[in-house]
Amino acid sequence: MIRYILWRLAVMVPTLILISMLVFTIIKLPPGDYFESYVQEMRALGETADLQEIEEMKARYGFDKPVPVQYLHWVGGMLHGDFGYSFEYRMPVSEVVGDRMWLTVLVSMATIIVTWVIAFPIGIYSATHQYSWGDYGLTFVGLLGLAIPNFLLALIMMYFANIWFGISIGHLMDRAYLNQPMSWDKAKSILEHLWIPVLIIGTGGTAGMVRRLRSNLLDELEKPYVVTARAKGLAPGRVLMKYPLRMALNFFISDIGSILPQVVSGAEITAIVLSLETTGPLLIRALQGQDMYLAGSFLMFLAFLTVIGVLISDIALALLDPRIRLEGRAAK
Amino acid sequence: MSEPRDLLRIEELSVTFPLYGGRIEAVRKASMRLLPGRVTALVGQSGSGKSVIGRTILGIQPKTAEVSGRILFDDPAAPAGHVTDLRALPRDGRAIRKLRGARIGMIFQEPMTSFSPVHTIGNQIDEALRIHSILSPAERREKVLDMLALVGFPAPKQVIGMYPFELSGGMRQRAMIAMALICDPALLIADEPTTALDVTIQAQILRLLRDLQERLGMAMLLVTHDLGVVANVADEVVVMYQGEVMEAGTTDDIFRRPSHPYLRALMNAVPRFDMAREERLAPLVPVATDTRRLMSACRVAAPVAGANPVLLSVRGLTKTFTPRTGRGLFGPRAEPMRAVDDVSFDIRRGETLGLVGESGSGKTTVGKMVVRAITPDAGQVLLAGEDVLAARGADLDRLRQRVQMVFQDPVSSLSPHMTVGSILTEPLEIHHRGDRAARHEAALALIRSVGLMERDLIRYPHSFSGGQRQRIGIARALALGPELIVCDEATSALDVSVQAQVLNLLRDLQRDLGLTYLFVSHNLAVVNYMADRIAVMQSGRIVEIAPREVLMRTPAHPYTRALLAAVPHADPDHPLDFTRVGEGRSSKHWPAAFRPEPGAAMTAVDLGDGHRVLARADADMSELMP
Repeated sequence: MIRYILWRLAVMVPTLILISMLVFTIIKLPPGDYFESYVQEMRALGETADLQEIEEMKARYGFDKPVPVQYLHWVGGMLHGDFGYSFEYRMPVSEVVGDRMWLTVLVSMATIIVTWVIAFPIGIYSATHQYSWGDYGLTFVGLLGLAIPNFLLALIMMYFANIWFGISIGHLMDRAYLNQPMSWDKAKSILEHLWIPVLIIGTGGTAGMVRRLRSNLLDELEKPYVVTARAKGLAPGRVLMKYPLRMALNFFISDIGSILPQVVSGAEITAIVLSLETTGPLLIRALQGQDMYLAGSFLMFLAFLTVIGVLISDIALALLDPRIRLEGRAAK
Repeated sequence: MSEPRDLLRIEELSVTFPLYGGRIEAVRKASMRLLPGRVTALVGQSGSGKSVIGRTILGIQPKTAEVSGRILFDDPAAPAGHVTDLRALPRDGRAIRKLRGARIGMIFQEPMTSFSPVHTIGNQIDEALRIHSILSPAERREKVLDMLALVGFPAPKQVIGMYPFELSGGMRQRAMIAMALICDPALLIADEPTTALDVTIQAQILRLLRDLQERLGMAMLLVTHDLGVVANVADEVVVMYQGEVMEAGTTDDIFRRPSHPYLRALMNAVPRFDMAREERLAPLVPVATDTRRLMSACRVAAPVAGANPVLLSVRGLTKTFTPRTGRGLFGPRAEPMRAVDDVSFDIRRGETLGLVGESGSGKTTVGKMVVRAITPDAGQVLLAGEDVLAARGADLDRLRQRVQMVFQDPVSSLSPHMTVGSILTEPLEIHHRGDRAARHEAALALIRSVGLMERDLIRYPHSFSGGQRQRIGIARALALGPELIVCDEATSALDVSVQAQVLNLLRDLQRDLGLTYLFVSHNLAVVNYMADRIAVMQSGRIVEIAPREVLMRTPAHPYTRALLAAVPHADPDHPLDFTRVGEGRSSKHWPAAFRPEPGAAMTAVDLGDGHRVLARADADMSELMP
């Protein structure tokens, strides 16, 4: 088992190197660079840019050097925590991202947990009461949740919150605390604001998970080992918990790998609509403005999350399912 | 002496399932009784309602089932005269749960899927004890170990921590039995307990069940479709047909004096070893076939009298599979497995070669290599002198038309999206035979030749029964007018009476069209009915090959003898010799002359009359002769 984990960790290294090359290629792909689009923008506004300063920055960041050197420079910096410099914000990437990163993690984690907490009981109920009114009703609501885009839901909620309660549900905290250092009041304000984005971002995922849990559990409930367990005299509730639910968990665990990056990156549009202080809007802006270090670091971060997520889910699967864990020992 | 009290009495039991507005009557007013300490067999074909009765006794029938009637359980452990009507107990309520697993145990057909794959054997056996007893964990563990030893595990302590997929099929079924018996039930319901097992393993499990049943003094309800199993294990027999009890009585009465026409017909449909070469099976519903129109289309000349030329010649066929390990570089290297090891045989034109073996013997792989669905590592396949394995392009196309295959599973081997008509004409389209009208004509001739109707051409496979589907599969194999047909377990998925239909059809087609068969099967009786010569495979090698009568009468190889000894006959006068069960299955118990050991060269030794047996090259003839 430990050997397996070490092996998986070792495999991660070439994967990440490959991804970093891809990311670098992608952010280098559009013609020109940040400075050119900046100069053009300035010209369009009728101003002259400080060409002297731009030349200096170009030299400092090695834009005049060959591309492979630029790549090594970028990757080397990331290895010791230097994610580069955001040209647009004129400060290091780590500072631009700063607070936003852990706010994003907070929103994401809350979303995942809320998704699970809501999806699990509903999925189990739907599967054990297949074709009942409850099942139909919950399925209907779930399909609505799947079908409505999150940003639309956000717009609708903002509109009605304003009309009915006269409040604005944008932002992750009261405006008074923006750019303020962390304090008790700020934390309280964040928690107060948290639930709306969490619910909105979570709808699609919850509905999808209910559907998958329901169908997986339905498959498992038909299996002969469920009949065996009942023939042993196990109470129905215990049968459900010990056998089919345990098996249905497999898909759920393998989902973790895709959930992490999805929740982090999938919420950009909602975050823009709700003006959330998360990383999503920043990424979009960086990609638009060819702010290459900011965008690149972001993409790398998402890739890293994916790889980590897959690793976690694989390890969890191996722990949960002896068939995966003991593959080599089987069949004597 | 007074009549013993019935342990279980079923009175007027009916079980119906609602289905698409209508309803299916799975069991209709069935009544029967089980005596304490006796084995009662519940026999019937699939769909006869026998499994439903088994489950309804425990109240674990599907939720949608509607049940009426009475199931009276007279528990010997309860005070005398205290009879419970199991049917009247609330569904999944406390009262019925106290009986399940404790007083009435149950085992199922599929030992793999009937165990949870993610819990250990020990955990799953122990579970019934945890529910029904007040023993401490240490006492429970002791009991589980005892029970595992009782069902024949040599090292119970290891088995407790193992997972079901780490055991072989037979061992899994033993663990299943241990699980059902752990609480000393008064009644064991065994639902097709040996159907999924190889014949030698089946004999071992039957012996175990019989032993345990006698030793523990419990009653057993044996649900099965196999009359051979019934004749060897049961004291009493109840025969079911379409949900109704046809006949009931002691095993002797039932087999010697079957009074109901259904039972007599069923017995005539089972292939027996003592059948004469020309004797035919009598299916319950005979199928009228019409091959006249096909004969003109078929290119094969009628077989000439005397020695026919060799059609298929296989030499030194070898295939090795390397199992994939999930551990990559650091894991232990998996041993490559020799699925087929130096297999050679000939089939003459118009002849049937039966290829028998247990699961994993490599027989199916041989069949697939002959049709070139799998490429062998080494060896040669010659079809009428042409090298099948070397053929490319147009040559290969031509060869493919001369060899066709009939598959085991009639459900998954027909595309559900195509009508029967397009299934039958597709091979003709692929090989650009005729125009649209001609192909339709051909499909008509084909469908009649397997006893189906013209109107069936526009239907889809799902609307046919298993036997009909298999006949469609045969018609498809005939479409190109092949010379050789590989039948891979063609009747294993079918009921005996349907099997008789299909076997007769194959024999008729062979007679009319001069076909040649490679008939792959695990069922010795079926192979005996079909084949002119029989080859026995074990661990990838042909251990013995001989004309049918010779192999059946004077088998030379210990493995062949073990196989023959393990087949249960549907005849109480030929009981299985349980004391010898399991001998000769593995090479450890073979005489030295047959034992493959490193360094000892093994060859096919000729015993005369085309009888060859795999033995050491230096073995003395007298050691090999039976």
